[in-house]
Amino acid sequence: MSELTITLLRLGYLALLWVLVLFAIGVLRRDLYGTRITDRRRRKAAVPAAAAAAAVATEPARPETAPTRTPRSARSGSGPSRLVVTEGPLRGTIVPLGTSSVLIGRAPGCTLVLDDDYSSSRHARIFPQDGQWLVEDLGSTNGTFVADQRVEAPTPVPTGTPVRVGQSVLELQR
Amino acid sequence: MATVQPHRVRAGRGVELGLLLLALAIGVASYALAGIGTTDEVPPDVIGYGLGMAALAIGIHLVLRWRAPFADPVILPITVALNGIGLAMIYRIDFAYAARGREDTFAQRQLVWTAVSVILAAAVIVFLRDHRTLRRYTYTAMIAGLGLVLLPLIPGLGVSINGANIWVRVGGVGFQPAEFAKIAFAVFFAGYLVTHRDTLALAGPKVLGLQLPRPRDLGPILIVWGASVAVLVLERDLGTSLLFFGLFVAMLYLATERLSWVIICLLLFVAGAVIAAGAFSHVAARFDAWLHAFDPAVFDQSPGGSGQLVRGLFGMASGGLFGTGWGQGRPDLVPFAESDFIVASLGEELGLTGLLAILLCYAILTERGMRTAIGVRDGFGKLLAGGLAFIVALQTFVVVGGVTRIIPLTGLTTPFIAYGGSSLVANWVIVALLLRISDEARRPAPSMKPSLTPVAGTPVVGGSNEDDQPTELMRGVR
Repeated sequence: MSELTITLLRLGYLALLWVLVLFAIGVLRRDLYGTRITDRRRRKAAVPAAAAAAAVATEPARPETAPTRTPRSARSGSGPSRLVVTEGPLRGTIVPLGTSSVLIGRAPGCTLVLDDDYSSSRHARIFPQDGQWLVEDLGSTNGTFVADQRVEAPTPVPTGTPVRVGQSVLELQR
Repeated sequence: MATVQPHRVRAGRGVELGLLLLALAIGVASYALAGIGTTDEVPPDVIGYGLGMAALAIGIHLVLRWRAPFADPVILPITVALNGIGLAMIYRIDFAYAARGREDTFAQRQLVWTAVSVILAAAVIVFLRDHRTLRRYTYTAMIAGLGLVLLPLIPGLGVSINGANIWVRVGGVGFQPAEFAKIAFAVFFAGYLVTHRDTLALAGPKVLGLQLPRPRDLGPILIVWGASVAVLVLERDLGTSLLFFGLFVAMLYLATERLSWVIICLLLFVAGAVIAAGAFSHVAARFDAWLHAFDPAVFDQSPGGSGQLVRGLFGMASGGLFGTGWGQGRPDLVPFAESDFIVASLGEELGLTGLLAILLCYAILTERGMRTAIGVRDGFGKLLAGGLAFIVALQTFVVVGGVTRIIPLTGLTTPFIAYGGSSLVANWVIVALLLRISDEARRPAPSMKPSLTPVAGTPVVGGSNEDDQPTELMRGVR
């Protein structure tokens, strides 16, 4: 075998060795696992965008909470499909709406658990009735407000209307 | 307020297969080039060799797909590549020895050992479903480890080879029990430290910013120190003693995060080394050969001179940046070119470029082990993965450092590359354990977890309006 072939094979072998090493390192760079911790406050400071935009942006990042069991009836109509927290510590949180009511409060059994000293343990309930969503205050200390009006009796909540519960503001979105 | 979200994990089996094919290509290319370099023609059995290696590698890959689908995708290919490079180098050195009229069958035996190792590693992955099972055998592992270490001292069983009493010969098959003892000790340290780390980390006075342990907590560490000194004194094996002690220090540091332990252990080690150098001629000779390697008197001294070390250095120097090429150098001029000095042989024929790639492979392997330790959720698994990864790293450092004259030469084997059945089997078992733990680390957490925003539960019980019970939520979260 000629000298040239031998040299080329020798250098080619070394190149192959490094290809393996570099590929392995490339795999390592993409191989992330474990958990990612995002500080909400820092993100809020960094992105003072519209609340709705932030809510939309966080949705793909949390595939495990993606709506998977939303009933067809809720999706087919033109009514709201989700409840979005637009202000407060939980800003960006999305609760998909089904056909059942959503209980809001500090109690761990609530659908939307607020970590908020200004809300009661069972604070308010949002429920569907006759094709529209209503909010009902469950005797909370600080009250529930729909468009700055205190809720005394079950009140209809149109899509996009801010609902204030303690320090959080929620709204229904399509 | 922060949110904790799991990353979307790719199982990585496809990537592993790709890297595995690359690693196999390297192994077969090494073998073919070694044949071309020594006999000027491609070895006739290269296809059979390639198929055999591929069968082993793909076999364990399939076992991973079956039993550990989320195991780390990089560990296995890197190991296969290192093993292939080592086999080719041993095969090539066999040729060199044959040319000098010394018939050896190191390569064939190493090939058999490779098959045994891979099958054993696959068995570990199949039968060890959960690494936490090993925690039950913490103290059994300690007894087993001590027993294995002391095995060569039993008259009639132990064999003294080249001055070190670390061999055991049973029915014609010799092996080094210390290689298996290191796994047993890693299991024992992990189980012991995960239980006692709080005592070791928190109790005790604080002196000069160092949290010192209580004197009575020093007990186990003194036992380990004594054991490693006993290995040094009774079995005259520097490397194994260093490995055990280093493993314990590293795992102690992993468990307690207390620098004081590292400092205490290093002081103990330095004291032990100084005393050993003064008291034992063979240790003193090692130091002498290290410090005055190029002194003609030391070079020619036999036994215990620096001839082997310096010839290895000359070999690597003649390799230069790109090496002489497979089969073009003279690695056989160095005694034990196929085992202790295989790093020098590789340095000569592959050059600095090739040797650095090989060292990077070890670095990647260690990094994967440490990453697994970070990722896995139980303390025992963390310590075990960290300890096993550290064994590979320390062993490589001790060997390569010894051959390149950074530290005194000690008799440890280069993991996966050097000739030696026990070492190969033990290291493959380490890889199997790391793969098993990494499967646990990378597998997505079970989806039953408290979530701030569970999917709104649809009422399963018809007619009930009180649909805000927790059970409802659990059902909604899947």
